[in-house]
Amino acid sequence: MQRYSHAADPARIQLEGQGRLVCRGRWTADAVGPFEPLQEIIQRVSGKTITLDTSAVEALDTTGACLLRRIQSRLLSAGFEVGFAGLQSRHRELLRELESYDLRGSTQPPQPPRGMDAAGRVFVQAGDEGMRFLAFFGEVMLRLIRFAGQPWRVRWAEVWNNVYSAGCNAVGIVGLLSFLMGVVIAYQGAVQLRIYGASIYVADLVGLSLVRELAPLLAAIIIAGRTGSAYAAQIGTMQVSEEIAALRTIGISPLDMLVVPKTLALILVLPLLAVFADILGILGGMFMARVQLNIGFTPYLDRIADAVSLRSFLIGVCKTPVFAGIIAIVGCYQGFRVSGGAESVGRRTTVAVVHAIFLVIVADALFSVVFSALGV
Amino acid sequence: MAGADRPVTERRQPVLQMRGIVTRLGGLLVHDRIDLDVHAGEIFALVGASGTGKTTLLQEMVMLRRPDAGSVCLLGKDLASIDEARKQALRQQFGVLFQHGALFSSLNVLENVAVPLREHTALDAGLIDEVARVKILQVGLPADAAFKYPRELSGGMIKRAALARAMALDPQLLFLDEPTSGLDPHSAGAFDELVLRMKQWFGLTVIMVTHDLDTLWQAADRVAVLGEGQVLAVGDMQSLSREDHPLVRQFFEGPRARQRRPE
Repeated sequence: MQRYSHAADPARIQLEGQGRLVCRGRWTADAVGPFEPLQEIIQRVSGKTITLDTSAVEALDTTGACLLRRIQSRLLSAGFEVGFAGLQSRHRELLRELESYDLRGSTQPPQPPRGMDAAGRVFVQAGDEGMRFLAFFGEVMLRLIRFAGQPWRVRWAEVWNNVYSAGCNAVGIVGLLSFLMGVVIAYQGAVQLRIYGASIYVADLVGLSLVRELAPLLAAIIIAGRTGSAYAAQIGTMQVSEEIAALRTIGISPLDMLVVPKTLALILVLPLLAVFADILGILGGMFMARVQLNIGFTPYLDRIADAVSLRSFLIGVCKTPVFAGIIAIVGCYQGFRVSGGAESVGRRTTVAVVHAIFLVIVADALFSVVFSALGV
Repeated sequence: MAGADRPVTERRQPVLQMRGIVTRLGGLLVHDRIDLDVHAGEIFALVGASGTGKTTLLQEMVMLRRPDAGSVCLLGKDLASIDEARKQALRQQFGVLFQHGALFSSLNVLENVAVPLREHTALDAGLIDEVARVKILQVGLPADAAFKYPRELSGGMIKRAALARAMALDPQLLFLDEPTSGLDPHSAGAFDELVLRMKQWFGLTVIMVTHDLDTLWQAADRVAVLGEGQVLAVGDMQSLSREDHPLVRQFFEGPRARQRRPE
């Protein structure tokens, strides 16, 4: 047996004399190396019997005993008669204890499903998940409608807390990113528009694309990543620590306490963030138009006022409450679906962000279809 | 058994020696110069009312927290003066059972028990698997529990699986934080017997924090009562029950304590 361990006195085994395998050293977890096949040793034995001499073993723990037993069974299966010699009584006790455990038998890991079975399970699971989400969505909507009739029953303190954490604290990142978005659009447009001598239309490009589409989408995606994930992780952790169950038993609906305030907060905050993103994006474009195309601030802003109609602005902003609802409800739903522990929280948080962004973009596409059908 | 094989020099010295431990938690003085000795092969229990810093003291023993003053000497090594490599080597010589098990939720029981073996031994995968299965059976779990995940286990099974993980490397020292809390009386009793059996088999030294009077009477060799930032009394249960200190009496003279006392 090779030495693998750094221990002072590692476990080792040696053929000494005719059919006598002498074990030496410490047969403990820290001093046992990987088990090597005994082929070499076996080939050098001429007789039919092998004696395992363990009188020189200094220490034996469960790991060492398992190894010893394994060597014994290897030798038995190679056709030898195996006997022990010099076994200390407490070592014999330990070996006998191992003997009493049935390590084979019904202890195979469950096989993961394969092929059609796996595909079917995925399909059924996806359908199940979809139905659950719809049920949750419907329940939240019912609550919101009921609260619309009696707004004094909403937990406004919770709403304002969430407005602060999801809205006020996000102003910086939303502003910075939309400013950069304006810069990028103006820069890309400038190169093309200059060729046709239509530089001033950079204002149309920046203004329309941002106000109608990009600024609301950008704000929604940032909030999905920032707040949707926070909602899922918070509710998920509360689920794990049984706080949700505690709320229920006290007679507080987790929907009223957690989901409705969070959803309302986002519905209030996201339109404001989108407007803020509009402004910062246009400023970014203005800055870039000055640098790249030498268009002054005044002509740029005049052009913006002409290009961006009130209708375009409203189209952009009116989508955001829907995005907000999607982000909040998806985040909360995934939080409630947490079961077990830390790993589940992580997985559900990831799913919350991915699904929220996906659904926001799908909703945006649907808005485009509807608006173009309506001719606005 | 493994414990009986260890060199004699280690046995003469206390397994754990704490001197002048001072701990402040958020400005509050929790430990005010605590001295404690735990000897090899004994089951040592820490008791005391809530908030007397039992778990904090345990954390200081297992290097999860550094005391504000005083020295901790674990298995003959002064924790303040040894380097990180020595600390790592020391960590392989004791196991810790946390109050809520602290099984890794993304791994099944077998994988949980195998974590210390994979990390710290040079064994091949087959032997690690076998040792982990033996450990699972040793703590009295059914063989088919091996492939269950922590969320699928009951409280008692989680404690047992966590004990199997703590015992994976056959440590000579075992720390238990409230081993029987949250278990029904039958499971709690079975757990006490398990710890006693482990002690017999492996010559373990066990240091535990507990509120469970049954455990104290059945399993503990010596008990230290914490209170007012000090060790109020140390001794076996019989001598503690004759103590005069009001806080110690409070612990042993409550209505529940009187019922539990064996005749």
